[in-house]
Amino acid sequence: MAKVTLTIDGRKVEAERGMTVLEAARLAGINIPTLCYLENLNAIGACRVCVVEVKGAKALQASCVLPVAEGMEVWTNSRAVRASRRTTVELLLSDHPTECTTCIRNGTCELQALAESLGIRRVRFEGEKHGGVPDESSPSIVRDNAKCVLCRRCVAVCEKVQSVKAIGPQERGFETAIAPPFELPLADSVCVNCGQCTLVCPTGALHEHDDSELVWAALADPGKHVVVQTAPATRVTVGEMFGMPPGSVVTGKMVAALRRLGFDRVFDTDFTADLTIIEEGYELVHRLQEGGVLPMITSCSPGWIKFIETFFPDMLPNLSTCKSPQQMFGALAKTYYARKVGIDPADIFVVSIMPCTAKKFEARRPEMTDSGYPDIDAVLTTRELGRMLKEAGVVFDALPEEPYDDPLGVSTGAGAIFGATGGVMEAALRTAYEVVTGKTLPALDFQSVRGMEGIKEATVNLDGTELRVVVAHTLGNARKVLEAVRVDPGRYHFIEIMACPGGCIGGGGQPIPTTDEIRKKRIEAIYRVDRDMPLRKSHDNPVIKVLYQEFLGEPNSHKAHELLHTHYQPRYQYAQL
Amino acid sequence: MGKASLEVTRGAAACGCAARTAAGNAREASPQDMARVREIISRLRDRTAPLLPILQAIQKEMGWISEEAMVEVAEALGMHPSQVYGVTTFYTLFATGPKGKHVIRVCASAPCHVPGAGAVLEALKKALGVEVGETTPDGKFTLELTSCIGVCGVAPAIMIDDQVYGNLKPADIGAILARY
Repeated sequence: MAKVTLTIDGRKVEAERGMTVLEAARLAGINIPTLCYLENLNAIGACRVCVVEVKGAKALQASCVLPVAEGMEVWTNSRAVRASRRTTVELLLSDHPTECTTCIRNGTCELQALAESLGIRRVRFEGEKHGGVPDESSPSIVRDNAKCVLCRRCVAVCEKVQSVKAIGPQERGFETAIAPPFELPLADSVCVNCGQCTLVCPTGALHEHDDSELVWAALADPGKHVVVQTAPATRVTVGEMFGMPPGSVVTGKMVAALRRLGFDRVFDTDFTADLTIIEEGYELVHRLQEGGVLPMITSCSPGWIKFIETFFPDMLPNLSTCKSPQQMFGALAKTYYARKVGIDPADIFVVSIMPCTAKKFEARRPEMTDSGYPDIDAVLTTRELGRMLKEAGVVFDALPEEPYDDPLGVSTGAGAIFGATGGVMEAALRTAYEVVTGKTLPALDFQSVRGMEGIKEATVNLDGTELRVVVAHTLGNARKVLEAVRVDPGRYHFIEIMACPGGCIGGGGQPIPTTDEIRKKRIEAIYRVDRDMPLRKSHDNPVIKVLYQEFLGEPNSHKAHELLHTHYQPRYQYAQL
Repeated sequence: MGKASLEVTRGAAACGCAARTAAGNAREASPQDMARVREIISRLRDRTAPLLPILQAIQKEMGWISEEAMVEVAEALGMHPSQVYGVTTFYTLFATGPKGKHVIRVCASAPCHVPGAGAVLEALKKALGVEVGETTPDGKFTLELTSCIGVCGVAPAIMIDDQVYGNLKPADIGAILARY
């Protein structure tokens, strides 16, 4: 790459040709404030917050879209620049409901932080405000357009990362709204509920549907036996809600915190992740041996499920019929566990702590009632749990490390790695190898399916049988894999897909901010959890063995099918509205 | 783009089928309408950047662009309805609902505002008995605002279909409407 030299704030800075002034400045340690800019995804020069003064240019320039040039002289904080930024943000605030103290993004709002850093103490302008009533049609995501600053980050992530395109800019000028087409409510759109938009929204315009009140009510009800399950990825992220560095493993503290909130039992989704491996592993072996539909695709990620139902309904037979670990847990809590402890399942209230907004949608799917009750009663994202703990005054840092309850809290490292892209595949391979070959796996770590690369292919030798597998994360990458399978159906035997970048550790319900750098630290933490577990293969989980002996019979038994497997619903993206 | 837009304006004006507005506010397209939409798509889909030409042709030939038509266009072009709807609602000359036989567009830009476009608009509202964006009960007129129509020299100005009227005073409105 050719280098150019420019001057930023009087300092000589070297940059690669093709870079923007914003990128060059950041590399040189000079911070230019931004609002609509999102690294690698959204550089559109729309908000004008990142303006800089350039010698010889007639007007201030948006640095996020301004390429560097040899000899360029740039000032990032001149009086004119600061005045312009201030006016821009004041104008934004004049059309913003400045109800910061009651906003869900109080403390994590980028507009709030920007106003603070620019020293805005007064808004000189008054005018009409856009907006309307928030769209609360979706069980997962709330759209509050009154708080939208039209930065289009959500549009970028929905289109470029997820290839869903549920929302876009509609109408024009002051009427512009980021919305689904035809004024449809989000629930009736092709939105798959992944919640990546809620991670990139700088304000409270897009946020998770907060269900904490449901849980507070259940906890206060003496007639309810309230049990909670924690998803694999939450144990490496909830610490961030309390200022701990990304990558902090807080499993024991999270368990203790949930007990402080008053949950009667604290169980682990990692347990049903192990169970998923057994059920899904036997399903795969059955399909391979009996000539079933291949490739088989994992079904843990509910955003992915709605995506394939909507955009690739013809490929639904490829999906594993296994419910997700969340739903397996609910079905067992209200049957096996209820019977074991002698509590009427009608009195059991099951809460999930999930990294995911789509889990809220999944829990409300009409078919998720195989226990005879709603299998899951409430789903909270990592962010909602963090806020509840703050509200309860729990001092997270000071908590002791406590163990999960028996029996649904016993898990292996294979269950834990479900939280990272490639984890389900690796867990499945650990078990499939030993089940198929009858031999002990020489090395547990399948490095080829780990990491942030979008599509990871591998061939695994199961004692002479070649298993061709692929792992994809983000729905844009899932689309590529499915299109490849349409062309060449024999290309793979087994496919893992996670809707969110990095897998569940990058889920739409995770702490804000969630960046690629933070995702990598969370992934490292997940593999540390795995490494430190005494058991690391799902089929070694002693409680899973007991569960089959006492209740389910054998993997893929009639009872297992009744409670742990499901079916899917074609939705069609161009369905008449 | 400029030339094509002009054609759209003329199309909307000349299009007799727009008169079916009177039938009510139904925003549904009939099977016959959809057959025409499909014909338009197949005629234009191989052009470079075919979205605007297709939407223009639908607007011109049918008077407005239904949701069903937008979904059909999205599917044919491999786009999502949110994108097609976004483009359709961006351009004020595309209609997402049926309109009156004649569309009256009052220029709302500054050079018309200053010499009295507001009073002209009020006179139109009074004469027609409708607000901006509405169609008269007999289906004859739809009243809209428009950005600059490029005749600032004769401000304030309005367009009825593709005919421009300038140097207007509120008292002129009765005689102008009587021509239609």
